[in-house]
Amino acid sequence: MSLFDFFRRPTSAPVARERLQILLAHERAVIGRSDLIAILREEILAVIAKHVTMEPEKVNVKMERGDTVSTLEVEVEVPTSATARAGKKVVEAA
Amino acid sequence: MAKVLVVTSGKGGVGKTTSSAALGTALAQMGQRVVVVDFDVGLRNLDLVMGAERRVVFDLINVVQGEAKLAQALIRDKRLDNLSLLPASQTRDKEALTEEGVGRVIAELKEKFDWVVCDSPAGIERGATLAMRYADLAVVVANPEVSSVRDSDRIIGLLDSKTLKAEKGEPLEKHLLLTRYDAMRAERREMLAVEDVLEILSIPLLGIIPESEEVLRASNVGAPVTLNNPGCAPSRAYQDAARRLTGEMVTMSVPRDKKGSLLGKLFGRRAA
Repeated sequence: MSLFDFFRRPTSAPVARERLQILLAHERAVIGRSDLIAILREEILAVIAKHVTMEPEKVNVKMERGDTVSTLEVEVEVPTSATARAGKKVVEAA
Repeated sequence: MAKVLVVTSGKGGVGKTTSSAALGTALAQMGQRVVVVDFDVGLRNLDLVMGAERRVVFDLINVVQGEAKLAQALIRDKRLDNLSLLPASQTRDKEALTEEGVGRVIAELKEKFDWVVCDSPAGIERGATLAMRYADLAVVVANPEVSSVRDSDRIIGLLDSKTLKAEKGEPLEKHLLLTRYDAMRAERREMLAVEDVLEILSIPLLGIIPESEEVLRASNVGAPVTLNNPGCAPSRAYQDAARRLTGEMVTMSVPRDKKGSLLGKLFGRRAA
């Protein structure tokens, strides 16, 4: 460390820049994802509700993001009477 | 064709009101018919910055609720004929602003003016989303500071999802206005540089407003900075930004005041 460095304060802008880049990359992913799940949930519900009667609360939508593969899990609880009414249309809970 | 411009930011205290007043005035100084609308219900300040605080009789909420005609609430600037202000209410309940009501007022303003400049409240709540709702273009005001840049990112997300234009699938023009910029500190890497902020937010740059005591001086006396001292560095930066808004090509630079000399460096550096 030279005498010159002794008088110079370390620069902080590169630190700010790096912190922001990491934070925003994370936040953009999280915020985008939560919106996507909400939209998917609504649309999937609408499609299923066309064919079977069901309770909106008994639907679970989960998304897990891995490094290589992401999985979307949709769990719909369908009452037996509703399935019977729907006739030949089979709704699978995955 | 009238344009609706929203001045927004997410974080408070970065210069939305100052910038709304300065950009609106600069556009008016170029001969455009301009109205600046204060959407910050409960905390109105645009009237104060523009020196019209003692002339407010009716406000935006009165017009939205049909208690006053638009013409009664508009305050024409004493210095510029083609500049008007629609103030916000200080006392009333924020819930008084409805989306439909705001839409009606904006449509009426668009008939009378070339530019409708909407000064947004800080935050991401209803007030801010209502201010941006009918915008054709947005100016995102940011300081070269981490919290401001982060909040700007959130606001850009809202502009892309909550505006009428975005919902219709039309592109909403977004511009970055970087305020309180100190070129020397950025050069020494003590402050995020323009390039850093642009790279992180990735929207086009409208202007760089240098940190200057002229901005506070202007708001102290109730005159938009471009009227109070048209020749000073921040005024020139706002004038350039306003020209860019009208589609003019203006080279990007950070204007500096003349006293960028050694004396200026020694004595000019004061907290605003």
